Amino acid sequence: MVRSDEHGPHSGDSIHEVVDRLYRTDSRRVLATLIRLLGDFDLAEEALQEAFVAAVERWPTDGAPANPVPWLVSAGRFRAIDRLRRESSFDARRDELAREAVSAIESDATDVGEHEFGDDRLRLIFTCCHPALSPEAQVALTLRTVGGLTTEEIARAFLVPAPTLAQRIVRAKTKIRAARIPYEVPSASERPARLDTVLAVLYLIFNEGYSASSGEALTRADVSLEAIRLGRLLVDLLPEPEALGLLALMLLHESRRESRVARDGSLVLLEEQDRTTWNQAQIREGVALAERALVSPSVGPYALQAAIAALHAEAPTAQATDWRQIAALYDVLLEALPTPVVALNRAVAIAMSRGPDEGLAELDALLARGELDAYHLAHAARANLLRRLHRYDESRDAYERALSLTTQATERRFIERRLETLRRDVIGPAPHATPRSARS
Amino acid sequence: MKYLCLIYGDESAWARMPKGDMGKMNEDYGSFTESIRGSGHYLGGEALQPTTTATTIRARNGAVTTTDGPFAETKEQLGGFYLIEARDLNDAIQVASRIPGARTGSVEVRPILSFS
Repeated sequence: MVRSDEHGPHSGDSIHEVVDRLYRTDSRRVLATLIRLLGDFDLAEEALQEAFVAAVERWPTDGAPANPVPWLVSAGRFRAIDRLRRESSFDARRDELAREAVSAIESDATDVGEHEFGDDRLRLIFTCCHPALSPEAQVALTLRTVGGLTTEEIARAFLVPAPTLAQRIVRAKTKIRAARIPYEVPSASERPARLDTVLAVLYLIFNEGYSASSGEALTRADVSLEAIRLGRLLVDLLPEPEALGLLALMLLHESRRESRVARDGSLVLLEEQDRTTWNQAQIREGVALAERALVSPSVGPYALQAAIAALHAEAPTAQATDWRQIAALYDVLLEALPTPVVALNRAVAIAMSRGPDEGLAELDALLARGELDAYHLAHAARANLLRRLHRYDESRDAYERALSLTTQATERRFIERRLETLRRDVIGPAPHATPRSARS
Repeated sequence: MKYLCLIYGDESAWARMPKGDMGKMNEDYGSFTESIRGSGHYLGGEALQPTTTATTIRARNGAVTTTDGPFAETKEQLGGFYLIEARDLNDAIQVASRIPGARTGSVEVRPILSFS
């Protein structure tokens, strides 16, 4: 997200510009290391602000240092300790923190290397996404501390009141302190499960920006781009196959953002999207990442979903899509991720590769199990297959069932349009030619 | 840092458990307790008698009421606990995840509040 430039580009004060730029590019890096050195999120955030204040005070006379990040870290650290010492007599916790921080300085006199900075950012990501925190808290804390978004920005993106969001962050920090959630990258044995939580948080952020769960705002590009930025950071720090897979998946979805919503705000199906508007740079990057993820010996759910998205992205037209390959990938994905929604998508892929009757058989078997009965997209997919099989009355019933199950305005408009098309296809433009009562 | 690991489970399943399984469970608890004594995590721990033996006390304005049963009816009941010393929450989670009861029920890990 673009933050307003407080000092303005025309102030003529180049040190201010340097500091502003540095704040945008490196403040998270400085914060991540300060949290480790000071052992406390709030203290580190205060120290971060003071470090930048120190830079504005000192650099105009001393000149900006060649390596500003270590400079900012030590400035923040020393100012924090100064303040802790001043305040320690009033506050037992600060007293303890001051003693720990001072002894930490005395024990390691060496400078922090580049390698350490990377580790600190990874520590920060894993701590913010600790499974002992609620998913809402993980998302809020990750966007606030790793992403550097303001509480107000996050609140707007997630349609919650700012005080609620601020409260969420405060509670999360309190739990980190009270339950002593360690500031560390998990050990090799714990890492796969912990990485799953991190990836789930990033995907949750991405999806919040990609499809709003309610209301008019279907796409909130800023949030999705922030998730992609965090995904890139994670891939830089920890190039695990599933991290690559998730970044690929987000980029491939993002590449179609323009074309998936029409001017009137309604959804456009993949097969009807204008492929010339797809972002080719994002597709190239996504496909390359997916390929890297797929060569790993154990291919995970994100890499498989990215591979499917890549096949869609690379198809010149909807008709030329390699549905056989997509259906085969869904078979593997269903084993790795046996959820009803994956099974639904697999049924659709089967319909596309082997015909609507086979897809419908899969889908009906799935609906009979009950888990998808309240999921509007399952009924919309079923309606579409029935339409293709010329079973129009059943198709209309299924669309109406889908409509009754969603409150999201854009999706409702989409289903209503499908229903209208269906009426036109079957009986011409007069919508009252077959009254509903005459059907049964 | 101290953590209390509260072990919850379906005590009716425990009551129905065949003798052999019960013996195995006790053995598992024995060897788990030994292992956390060895690693220095163990501070204390007990198994509890079933909630049918529980009594709940309330004292309000000087009047004491005594009722039978636990404070709340739940599907899983508190069946035992360990008090452990752990480096941090991750360390405590490692210990708690090896408690035999975690395999069938659940273990709640609560940091102990320090007043010092």
